[in-house]
Amino acid sequence: MSPEQTPPAASGVAPKKQRPPRQKMPEQSASERVRNFNEVPYGYTAELAQLEATRCLQCKKPACVPGCPVAVDIPGFISKVLEGDYLGAARIVKATNSLAAVCGRVCPQEEQCEKVCVLAKKGDPVAVGRLERFVADYEREHGTGELPPKAPPSGFKVAVVGSGPAGLTCAGELVKLGHQVTVFEALHKPGGVLVYGIPEFRLPKAIVQAEVDYLVRLGVQLELNSPVGKAETVDELLAGGYDAVFIGTGAGLPYFMGVPGENLIGVYSANEYLTRSNLMKAYRFPEFATPIIRGKKVATIGGGNVAMDSARTALRLGAAESTVVYRRSRQEMPARIEEIHHAEEEGVRLQLLTNPTRILGDQAGRVKGMECLRMELGEPDASGRRRPVPLAGSEFTIEVDTVVVAIGNGPNPLIPRTTPGLETGKHGNIVADETTGATSKPGVFAGGDIVTGAATVILAMGAGRRAAGAIDAHLRSKKK
Amino acid sequence: MAKVVSRREIAPQTVLLELEAPKIARRRKPGQFVILKQDERAERIPLTIAMSDPGRGTITVIFQVVGAGTRGLGSVPVGGEIMDVVGPLGKPTEINQVGTVVSVGGGIGTAVAYPIAQAMKAAGNRVIGIIGARTKDLLILEAEMKAVSDELLVSTDDGSYARKGFVTDVLKEVIARGGPIAEVLAIGPVPMMRAVCKVTKEAGIKTVVSLNPIMIDGTGMCGGCRVEIGGVTRFACVDGPEFDGHLVNWDVLSQRLSAYKSHEQEACRLHDVEKRP
Repeated sequence: MSPEQTPPAASGVAPKKQRPPRQKMPEQSASERVRNFNEVPYGYTAELAQLEATRCLQCKKPACVPGCPVAVDIPGFISKVLEGDYLGAARIVKATNSLAAVCGRVCPQEEQCEKVCVLAKKGDPVAVGRLERFVADYEREHGTGELPPKAPPSGFKVAVVGSGPAGLTCAGELVKLGHQVTVFEALHKPGGVLVYGIPEFRLPKAIVQAEVDYLVRLGVQLELNSPVGKAETVDELLAGGYDAVFIGTGAGLPYFMGVPGENLIGVYSANEYLTRSNLMKAYRFPEFATPIIRGKKVATIGGGNVAMDSARTALRLGAAESTVVYRRSRQEMPARIEEIHHAEEEGVRLQLLTNPTRILGDQAGRVKGMECLRMELGEPDASGRRRPVPLAGSEFTIEVDTVVVAIGNGPNPLIPRTTPGLETGKHGNIVADETTGATSKPGVFAGGDIVTGAATVILAMGAGRRAAGAIDAHLRSKKK
Repeated sequence: MAKVVSRREIAPQTVLLELEAPKIARRRKPGQFVILKQDERAERIPLTIAMSDPGRGTITVIFQVVGAGTRGLGSVPVGGEIMDVVGPLGKPTEINQVGTVVSVGGGIGTAVAYPIAQAMKAAGNRVIGIIGARTKDLLILEAEMKAVSDELLVSTDDGSYARKGFVTDVLKEVIARGGPIAEVLAIGPVPMMRAVCKVTKEAGIKTVVSLNPIMIDGTGMCGGCRVEIGGVTRFACVDGPEFDGHLVNWDVLSQRLSAYKSHEQEACRLHDVEKRP
């Protein structure tokens, strides 16, 4: 080997140890997975996790921790992974994140911890999400079920309304702080959007159940089939012995487009489509009794993660064609890149810059087609994204038998309508302090999508965690 | 979990279940409904609460055994349990003292008409009850309706009991008497409610109907129960289930009710196979 062939040591310093590339998770092939509802990635093996953990620089002032809405000690848990102490790693994650196995799967890490990872400046960031998932799964499968320390009983009782990400997180934090916590859930299963919305192939329901079981073992009480606002009101909870109430009822009121034909048979809100499939297990009909229309040509309207989930569900239900119809371009799609990638890999077609104007039905009132307009991008709108403008005379019809409307959700009205003194915004969202979750009603806190409008699991969890801190302070200030 | 306290077949294929649900029994108001899910694999079935007994801590639902889901529900014995019961859901009926109220119940709809008639009577209204069924055997709650009506008129389509004809025929006669009618409440199959609304619209009488679209969560989350009221889409679970009958788009309602006809047959076939010894 001639001296010329040695690798260039840029500025005369010794060459650094070669860092391995960001490790991929093994996953089901696209052709295999579109035929089942099993989870797509298999997750890291211990070897892959170790390899990925070596990539972490263990920054003294890590940017990733403040990048995490629940401030997980990321370098801390990764160094435990490196040591092979996976249970120790899990302990660190769970200290601030009570839903680690969920977050490892559905958090948009590329917008949070991984976005600010130092390695991301020059290449691929540490795969924090995949490592988190690995340690949470390892702990679930191999752990001793040990529980974190709990503060002595405070004597205070808190009601948490809604068992989605915000409510579960808030409940978990409060119970660790020594309070007695009851979670009220309207549906027959706990988990909120984690069980009705996010499909099995992205978030297995057994994992959600395990996270809920963990909270129950911590001492959280669950009241299922309890729609607060209908079964009892917030005021009755406060009068009936609860010292504080946290509202995390989510964005559970689907928006429709308001175009003709939207009430035809075969038009679903994404919430209904996904609820039938996920919560009610309609993909196993008739073994499970709830039916779902197994469309052959399915159009999903919208460009977010929920649209991707719906389009991918349609394929698994047997659709020959599953098309996402979105009125802006790929760049403006709110879905995670990873989700769009998975969807396209499975055969979902993106019909961009297209806006439906009418859904067409047959004699029996069943969907047979959809009239659309082509769009072009104009000036940026209030959201900062370029506004889609219809192209005159560009009408065309696509042949579809099922339409899933995934254009977003408004706040669920049950609590705002039945809670006097609770200030709401113009879209019906509950107005709450960003850092404490305090609402206009004393003793009532709120967080997650019911406050912010539809956002992410982790942001709801962050809000739930912050509110738990504020509720704790509020309760302890009451103690004379 | 809710225990079945009593169970009666009050007509062929028509089951009355009294369930232990003290919280719902205390809170429930006329016009509201519950959703029952029999077991892990069952559907969520919305049913209007026909009666409640806060003292006993029970609610009563009445339903027709038509599909696989109601067959399952109807087969739960006394002492047996329904896994999930949630409620009370929906807006209660607006009960005011308005004068004379005609409460029309068709077939199984009488189970919903009854609690409303009862509340209307208790609020000081003069209640004219009209109930009907296809045939004598299918007529339900006659004695109960009689007890809360100042006058009860009964009809059967085939004339096997009381007068022969539809409830709309009886209603027309009541209207023709010329006395003031403040409000008509009509609950029954879609064609019946539609026909009642046609009659009352011509007569200019306010009419309230209770709609029963396909529903899943019952809390506004899924939008499956959407109905068209005066050209506007509403969710029956949180905006209803009662609406101004003259504004209902009946075509949309009956079409949407037929969405899962073929699934229903498939489920029933499976049910038959499972039930075979």
